[in-house]
Amino acid sequence: MADNPTSDMQEATPAKRKGVKRRAFLIGGVAVVGAGLFGISIADSNAAKSAKASVEAAGGHSFATWLKIGEDDSITIYSPHTDIGQGSNTGLAQMLAEELDAAWDQVRVVSAPAEPAFANVGLGRAFLADMTGQPAIINGIPQSFLSFIARQMNLQMTGGSTALRFTGRVTFQNVGAATRLALIETAAKRLDVPADELTTQDSHVIHSKSGRALRYGELAAEAATLSLDNAPKLKDPSQYRIMRQSMQRLDIPAKVDGSAQYGMDFSVPEMRVATIMAAPVRGGKLTSVDTAPALAVKGVEKVIKLDDAVAVVAKGYWPAISGLRALTPEFSDGGNGGISTASIFKAQDDLIAKGEADSTAGDGDVQAGLGEKPIEATYQVPFLHHAMMEPFALTAHFKDGKLNIWGGMQDPLATKMMAVDVSGLDADDVTFHPMMIGGSFGRRLPMYMEIVAQVTKLAMQLPYPVKLIWSREEEVAQGAYRPQSSAALQASLTKEKRITAYRNDYAQPESAESETVFPYTLPAVSRRHFAHVSNQQTGAWRSVNSTQQGFYNESFMDELAHAAGEDPVVFRRNHLKAGSRHLRVLDEVAARSGWGSPLPAGTGRGVALVESFRTIVAHVIEASVGDDGMPKVHKVTTVVDAGSIVNPDAAMAQIEGGTIMGLSSAIGEAITLENGAVQQSNLADYPLLKMAGAPLVMDIHFLNSGADMGGIGEPGVPPAAPALANALFAATGKRVRNLPILTQAKA
Amino acid sequence: MAIQTSINGKPVALAAEPDTPLLWVIREELGLTGTKFGCGVAACGACTVHVNGEPTRSCSVPVSEVAGKSITTIEGLKSADGTLHAVQQAWISAQVPQCGYCQSGQIMAAVALIEKTGSPSDAQIDEAMTNICRCGTYPRIRKAIHAATGQAAKAAKPAEGAA
Ligand code: FES
Ligand code: FES
Repeated sequence: MADNPTSDMQEATPAKRKGVKRRAFLIGGVAVVGAGLFGISIADSNAAKSAKASVEAAGGHSFATWLKIGEDDSITIYSPHTDIGQGSNTGLAQMLAEELDAAWDQVRVVSAPAEPAFANVGLGRAFLADMTGQPAIINGIPQSFLSFIARQMNLQMTGGSTALRFTGRVTFQNVGAATRLALIETAAKRLDVPADELTTQDSHVIHSKSGRALRYGELAAEAATLSLDNAPKLKDPSQYRIMRQSMQRLDIPAKVDGSAQYGMDFSVPEMRVATIMAAPVRGGKLTSVDTAPALAVKGVEKVIKLDDAVAVVAKGYWPAISGLRALTPEFSDGGNGGISTASIFKAQDDLIAKGEADSTAGDGDVQAGLGEKPIEATYQVPFLHHAMMEPFALTAHFKDGKLNIWGGMQDPLATKMMAVDVSGLDADDVTFHPMMIGGSFGRRLPMYMEIVAQVTKLAMQLPYPVKLIWSREEEVAQGAYRPQSSAALQASLTKEKRITAYRNDYAQPESAESETVFPYTLPAVSRRHFAHVSNQQTGAWRSVNSTQQGFYNESFMDELAHAAGEDPVVFRRNHLKAGSRHLRVLDEVAARSGWGSPLPAGTGRGVALVESFRTIVAHVIEASVGDDGMPKVHKVTTVVDAGSIVNPDAAMAQIEGGTIMGLSSAIGEAITLENGAVQQSNLADYPLLKMAGAPLVMDIHFLNSGADMGGIGEPGVPPAAPALANALFAATGKRVRNLPILTQAKA
Repeated sequence: MAIQTSINGKPVALAAEPDTPLLWVIREELGLTGTKFGCGVAACGACTVHVNGEPTRSCSVPVSEVAGKSITTIEGLKSADGTLHAVQQAWISAQVPQCGYCQSGQIMAAVALIEKTGSPSDAQIDEAMTNICRCGTYPRIRKAIHAATGQAAKAAKPAEGAA
């Protein structure tokens, strides 16, 4: 056929793909850590030089890669992180501008990797090289913590925790402070006064004795030639005027007038639109498809067969999706056709019953402490879909040996590495252009974002740019879900209402240990992981394993309190260390929520306390059950100890959103399987909380304990489900042990 | 035959196939990308525009149905001199958007609600604002609607207490 409408692409072998994914991911992860630790020390490397050159090409003077000061006093900050609306770029800018004493209204943030030199993987290599050359610093970070970061990076980036905690605290504050010193040094020379007579304010170096002042813009060219102090003294928090303030987020104006450009919105001349359907049973392959019905749709140009999917390329999304829907592709099931939600729960229960754990944590003699008749409860949670509002959309163009890709991804470098691998091109010939992201919650990590490989394969065989859009149906059916998981909990109590031993046996693909903090001090605790893997792709879902573990532990603590005949707050308090941050958060939430005060009949109060990402959050929820059997949340009182907060209002927004996402999942969300395939098809059968279901009153308080800065994007989520379940128990006497609540309301 | 309609006050002749949903005509033919695709089945509201003033989920309306009607998108809310609509300003003051992807639709739904009711009550907001926000900005959307309609006190202090 002259005009071949179909073609088959070589698939990399699965083994190779797996290795590459991991490698790319780790490089991406290390780059993030590196960006945090070595932003200054790479100043002499070639990559940094080329980054500097690219930054300065448009005018202005570059400082330590991440900062540019223009002669017009404009301040540009290059963020290596992806802001998904949590305000991390604004927070990073606040941290740098604070130490720089910049005029805040002159500050803007741009995505670092959008600059070609920043997107260059050489920069990542420079980080790695520097990292091995800096044993003193790198050795200070435990390996377990590095791998923790590597696995959680996406969420911490999304949640603004890695961004502010590492990049911000380690690099951006130092870059700001060191640049300020360079500006002072330059001004001292120019004014011929001692440096210690100079102060800085609003992007000026001021000599108050003589009443003279110099603008940063007029000092920048000379200051940029000085070598920067690697360990400048940082401000005392009492001097802050930009940090700890609720600065308006810099990304918001473009999000109220429709001008913000997301990956979905990208367009170039000659671009075609494609959409795709992968094997409905994960692990299956495309076995046959008659392409004619799609090609008969006006506007359809090509049908492309991939190993496990079929794509339709057209003049626009509507003909593309109409063409795809006209097809009746046949897929194999990869031997997974027997898998269902029920079969997974059964297999998980069997594993736990067999008792051969894959890993064990905790201490004390649990078996002895549990005694003959422990209190027992089993819990189940389903797969959860991220349901970010912007479905996947990436545009790719292969021309003259170069591949360009545009879209919203959490890790631009790893995305590029994946495209390099799939295309077989040199790293220097592949460029990824990051765009705004319409939500992620852990979904947009390249290692489980098949669309990167898909769009690369399409672009490599098309003569024009192609934007691949996943329909919402594809998005729901092909997720990287929060794992379906089961747990069996056991504990025993003394007559004095104290726990003697506590066991948490849980089954799911991976151990939850690295994100789980069990705050209670007990004589004997055991957490045993039973590894069960299904055919589904699982991934990080906002707050990761803390969602299900928070639900298990905080529900069971409530059950134990009731078994002991003790008030749930008092019972928890009695098992927390005196003087601990956890205890303070619990006491504070009890006081602020009016814990113990009377409620209308039918309404109950529930409490839950979970630490995740080094932030401690307690919710007290007031809820009742409506006539339809559905829970109604009336009020949430929340106390947060995140150590310290860079932007209080942005942090508040994250806790609001996290809490609502936690409630949404607890009430209605579930991905279920039948015959190996996902049963849900769109948002109509994956019910997300809407305005009417969101709590009318959310009363959120931050304790500035001064502890190390914790994350803020995730930690609002985990205590929401157990606090609601505990409130419903208080209201109705019925214990929710399986989520979502909706399926039981219906049953 | 081209379909005649008006978008943001300007008459346009559309070349799209008549069964094409209005959403894709707005985004791909007219290049107005502020109106978003979220689900394609009228479940999320990200694609909300005004058709003759009525909030409409444009993913589920064939373009043939809007012939002769007047359509307003998020890009058409500003006044001619570029001043933001009061609702857009309230959205900035309340720092509503997180990822922002749903917000064009939320704002279009809110503007329509306010045009219809003047100053909507919480119950009216619950009933009319059925657009999904996965980022969970509902409390701020509510606050911004109250603020935009002069119910600032209510916006600052939501009603206390349960049930
Ligand atoms: S895209 Fe139209 S309602 Fe979701
Ligand atoms: S702001 Fe992200 S979905 Fe609403």
